[in-house]
Amino acid sequence: MAEIPEDLLRRSAEARAKALGVPVEDVLAEFKGEGPPVEISQPDPEPEPVQEAAPEGSDSEETPEVEATPAEDVAEAIPAEAEIPEESPAAMVAASPGETSSAGAESEPAAAAVATEAPEAPAPPGSNGSSNGSGNGKVASVVSPRPSVPPAGLPEGVRTQRLLTVVKARAIQNVKAEPSDKVNTWPHLMLMEFGALLAITGLLVVMSVIIHSPLLEPANFNATPNPSKAPWYFLGLQELLSYFDPQIAGVMVPLFIGMIGFMMIPYIDKNPSTRPSDRKFAIMLYSVFLAGSATLTIIGVLFRGRGFNWAYPWRDGVFFDDLKDWVNFE
Amino acid sequence: MANGNGRVGLRERIKEGTDKLWNSQLADSIMRPGSPFKQGYSDSPRNRSYVVMNNVLYHLHPVKVKRHGVKLSYTLCLGGLSFFLFILLTITGIFLMFYYTPTAELAYSDMEALSTNVAFGSLVRNMHRWGAHLMVLSVFLHMSRVFYHGAYKPPREFNWVVGVVLLFLTLFLSFSGYLLPWDQLALWAVTVGSNMAGFSPVIGDQVKFALLAGVEVTGATLLRFYVLHVLAFPFIIVIFMAVHFWRVRKDGGISGPL
Repeated sequence: MAEIPEDLLRRSAEARAKALGVPVEDVLAEFKGEGPPVEISQPDPEPEPVQEAAPEGSDSEETPEVEATPAEDVAEAIPAEAEIPEESPAAMVAASPGETSSAGAESEPAAAAVATEAPEAPAPPGSNGSSNGSGNGKVASVVSPRPSVPPAGLPEGVRTQRLLTVVKARAIQNVKAEPSDKVNTWPHLMLMEFGALLAITGLLVVMSVIIHSPLLEPANFNATPNPSKAPWYFLGLQELLSYFDPQIAGVMVPLFIGMIGFMMIPYIDKNPSTRPSDRKFAIMLYSVFLAGSATLTIIGVLFRGRGFNWAYPWRDGVFFDDLKDWVNFE
Repeated sequence: MANGNGRVGLRERIKEGTDKLWNSQLADSIMRPGSPFKQGYSDSPRNRSYVVMNNVLYHLHPVKVKRHGVKLSYTLCLGGLSFFLFILLTITGIFLMFYYTPTAELAYSDMEALSTNVAFGSLVRNMHRWGAHLMVLSVFLHMSRVFYHGAYKPPREFNWVVGVVLLFLTLFLSFSGYLLPWDQLALWAVTVGSNMAGFSPVIGDQVKFALLAGVEVTGATLLRFYVLHVLAFPFIIVIFMAVHFWRVRKDGGISGPL
């Protein structure tokens, strides 16, 4: 279990101290395992079940019931007994927000844990479940009727509820956590990211000092340069265009098919495995695409001269002005 | 503390003042409870969590990540680098906007003045240009990395779709910026590019007309590309990036291990 943040521990201790009528410091000491258990000397009747988590196999139709105690029992109950036992799920839920926030990446339906404060008369069974606003069967509500002294200024019969935290259904229902090999983001990931960030900044600054951006003559509509080339990331397409009739296999067709086709990949590829040995065809297909587009782009950049005809860069020179200052920088 | 004269020294007063400020409600309200800046940092699991939780930018990350995801060889940091290059391009781009007028008459002379009259103007322009090329490259490589890891598979299908949109937005951003220097390279590269758009079936001419604000590249095209480049596309791409990052977390963090 995660360490309980100090302020939460304190708040919990304050509530308990208020209910028991003992100093906060004593309760805090007990929570920290430094002091004796805090009790008040009153005979207590039979302990009562105060909460119940949703059944393990979540029946999707059923609203999880919360066992509510009859009003008389609650009235007689000793406040200390009605407190949430420390090892109960509700207490754990309330005490470990750090856990839930770190586990927050999973996309499970959430379960709400609700603790009631000072109910004068507990609602009939079932109403607790609906009072946290979810008919979803996967939601487990942990509600603890606590017959303590009602807060001052609250009318009779009014129950206030407090959402302690929202936890994933799995967190409550699967008692045993799945083992996962995780490390703290700070420092392990963030130092790495910082290093990468410095490296790319350094690379960019050095590049920018050495290589100048091209600035040719002012734009002139009457002087068409030969060849006219698109930016390098579209040169593969321009290269394609020189092979196919634009009206039939135009550029926007591959572009749109490419765009929509790429978006469809996860819906076409039904193979659930991510192991490279299981997805040889997919990897082969993508590699062909990668090699093809790289080849087309390189041809377009380096091997196309006047009139977009074939040229060898070592014999005819490079016809790509974006690269002008790469090739002959001072 | 009093010094030899029985008077409070300046050093003590300054210390007292800073202590007071540090413990004031203002300082308290700026830093969240548990912030390492407030309570000091000692290496403990709790403080490691607080570092991430108490910073809006670091909060993009969960408190803990899978061990294999931290390895440089797994992601090569490509997604993060794409995002970082975008931030770098935003900063350098804002700098450049101060010295640039998007009109056919002034654009080119502004570009010349930028590299001769403006302190660091040439350097910032180079950074903006090479950074843009690097970003196109890193976004593309990031996509390839994700494909080879099969990281687009359920539950991450939709985030792949968002990622493809981001790739195309990156290309549009780069392409719209290409025209802005208003030199021969810019003019004819954009002419070729928009001619290619004109080949699209059925609505080719309409697409080209909307793109160029006319039938050919003019000063109106320059203004259109400028607004798209500095405002419209960044606005859209930020929205998609937010969804992308959010879904990475919601879909269970980094994929794998293989």
